[in-house]
Amino acid sequence: MPAVLDAQGLCKTFGAVTAAAEVSAAIEKDSVVGLIGTNGAGKTTFINMITGYLKPDRGAIHYEGRDITRLPPREITRLGICRSFQIPQLYGSLTVLDNVMVGIGIVLRNAGLAGYLSRDDVPVPGFGRPAREVAEQLLGRFGLLEDRGRNAQVLPGGARKLLDIALTMVAKPRVLLLDEPTSGVSSGEKFGIMQMVLDAARAEGATVLFVEHDMEVVSRFAQRVLAFYDGRIIADAAPKAALDDPQVKRYVVGHRA
Amino acid sequence: MRHDRTTTVIIAAFVLLVVAGKWLPQWAMFIMTIALARGLVVLGLLLLLRAGLVSFGQALFYCIGAYAAGALGRFFGISDIFIEMLVGGVLAAATAFVLGFLLARYRGIFFGLLSLALSMILYGLLVKTEALGSTDGFNILPSTLFGWKPGADWVRYAVLVSAGAVVAFACMLVHRYLQTPLGRLAPAIKDNEIRVEYMGASARHAVHVMYVIAAALAGIGGALAATTVGHIDPEMAYWTSSGEFIFIAILAGTGNVLAPFVGALIYGAIHTMAYDLSPNTWQMSLGVALLVLIVFLPEGVWSLGKLRARRT
Amino acid sequence: MKIVNVTHGSFYAIGAYAAASLTAAWLAQGYPPISSYAVLVGAAILVAAPFAIAIERGILRFLYARDEVVILLVTYALFLILEDVVKLIWGVNPYYIAQPYALLGSFQVAGMAYPTYNLVLVAAAVLFGGGLAWFLHGTRAGKLLLAVIHDPEISRAMGVNVNRFYLATFLLGSVLAALAGAFTAPTVSVVPGLGVEVIVLSFAVVVIGGLGSLPGAALGAVIVGVVRSLSVHYLPQVELFVIYFVMAVVLALRPRGLFSLAEPRKI
Repeated sequence: MPAVLDAQGLCKTFGAVTAAAEVSAAIEKDSVVGLIGTNGAGKTTFINMITGYLKPDRGAIHYEGRDITRLPPREITRLGICRSFQIPQLYGSLTVLDNVMVGIGIVLRNAGLAGYLSRDDVPVPGFGRPAREVAEQLLGRFGLLEDRGRNAQVLPGGARKLLDIALTMVAKPRVLLLDEPTSGVSSGEKFGIMQMVLDAARAEGATVLFVEHDMEVVSRFAQRVLAFYDGRIIADAAPKAALDDPQVKRYVVGHRA
Repeated sequence: MRHDRTTTVIIAAFVLLVVAGKWLPQWAMFIMTIALARGLVVLGLLLLLRAGLVSFGQALFYCIGAYAAGALGRFFGISDIFIEMLVGGVLAAATAFVLGFLLARYRGIFFGLLSLALSMILYGLLVKTEALGSTDGFNILPSTLFGWKPGADWVRYAVLVSAGAVVAFACMLVHRYLQTPLGRLAPAIKDNEIRVEYMGASARHAVHVMYVIAAALAGIGGALAATTVGHIDPEMAYWTSSGEFIFIAILAGTGNVLAPFVGALIYGAIHTMAYDLSPNTWQMSLGVALLVLIVFLPEGVWSLGKLRARRT
Repeated sequence: MKIVNVTHGSFYAIGAYAAASLTAAWLAQGYPPISSYAVLVGAAILVAAPFAIAIERGILRFLYARDEVVILLVTYALFLILEDVVKLIWGVNPYYIAQPYALLGSFQVAGMAYPTYNLVLVAAAVLFGGGLAWFLHGTRAGKLLLAVIHDPEISRAMGVNVNRFYLATFLLGSVLAALAGAFTAPTVSVVPGLGVEVIVLSFAVVVIGGLGSLPGAALGAVIVGVVRSLSVHYLPQVELFVIYFVMAVVLALRPRGLFSLAEPRKI
């Protein structure tokens, strides 16, 4: 299968800290990939580099054949790669609905400059319906419709996570990078949320990469696992094989007592 | 629907102005026109404030607009009020377009003090420019309207109505703008710029546009004020001038496009009172009043008039 | 301190006025001119400190939790108030206090007379700058201060008296501004408007040097000073213009200034 996202030899150091050392991975279209590793292993740095927030010291990233290494985050989002955040990045003083409306407004703008100045009843490209309907439908999919009038900053942790992910979906991404989508969510709800998110993503035909610390979630949802340690990828295999890998056992998962 | 209500109010206010304005005494017409001029500057200031940017130097564009109006008369013999406002607005916008490449990168104190510094630079330049009268400035030709030169007792009314028309138009445009995706971007930029970038928009670009719009409004206001007062001087770019606009902005709050004009009227009253009370320290009175406002009435006087809470 | 302080300029003015007026009064009493330096420094500290304490304790401390914009506007309002307070206390006529300057005479450099006082200014700048750097990085209190500035909540959770640190910081910053004003007073005529002028200039210095960087501020000050002198000598009209042009150039090449502190990770 063709690689939709191809990272080659990414290197990144911050002073004495090596966040990435020759990280290479070719992500296939429509796949679901889990990124595992202890804190500081380089998972978020990997995502930050792919999305342009950080520029690798060496190496290149290609998306559908195009070199995106030096592009800033907004360009990369416009190309169809979107990400969610470890700590939810929301517009605190705006309502849940307005958070999504801002995102839709930007989609309108990116469809053409006239979109920037458009009225509320213009159909949103890619959705075919006016902004507010699109926003409410998206919120509904994530179970946030009842909260739509509340300010984002008063939402509880799990809802904030969901809103963060919902905002990531507004631009109809073709590649979705989720940074710890279930962190801060109670273990009973983790599976439900992952299923909800993956269903929403797959309905749009997106390729999904997700960072996760809960190995049960990884085993259940990932088709392929990339294990990070100390800035390197130490295993790249199907979940069962990856989790059985001795290096992964040593540095990431731990041995069963 | 709220947005229809505002448009209706704007149009109604303008009609009221045209009809009832002729009955106002000359000094009242003067005060109203000045309030309209200042209100325009503050309207722009509030647009920036929504994005979290405090411009301490809107007086820069106010002054550019004023001097443009003056120069039109002094060097080209043009005194048409609409041309003055147009040229003032365009020149201010052009300046903002250039300066925006630098300023749009900055937020918070940097943006504030940088804007202050730029206005003080203009002040310094004007003070040293003989051709424009240095510290004395110069007078402006009496206004004409599409070639018609109003008689002495019609001039103020003509200027007031022209101002009203321009302001009404500007208000409707800004009101419309606030409902567009670009208008909605301002509070998002204030809250979380990283998220804005990751949603696929350039915060810098949006700020640049807002800066230019605010400058254009200030330039039009400056030209209008100049023409009403009949005289311009470098003081219009001095930091205290910017301070007045800030004061009105705080007084008005961001509730509605009409708030700046109400605020400007109230400010005119406060200023006169403060001046009467202590002519040498009216600045201090202004500062104290501003402090009190900020601490106790952060949403501006408009929040007093709200009958229904917009947010829970 | 992550609060934005437009009032800083006011303290510069207060320092200048206090130094000028008190030193003049002191010398008029017949004390030896050599003691005027101590008076300059003392006046600045003694007059500025109460103002700083009153402002921080009386107004600012209630507003730290509010929006950044609010603090910015409040210090601006205070700036307006202080400008008039200064006028009320000292009047609008210029103050001259030339003795500390004239006393040291001048010496010959490359065929021109260079005032010795200026050397004192440079020495004072180096002393205070070095002292501040040593304090911040070399002493326990200084390091605590940096920690508090960085994250007041965690500092509080660790038992640090954050309020006291805020007061101390504001006090320190304001007194330094006042001292700068005091040292400059003998070289200029002290008039209203001193505060704004210095804000405009010091802003350029901080931006060129890089926010939060002491060595950057030092370098920025040198650059601005040199550029200003050259411009005053060759093209006086564009003096301020040139400085901001230089600033724009620096920013175009290095958007965060010449030296910029490492930013904490946000995402």
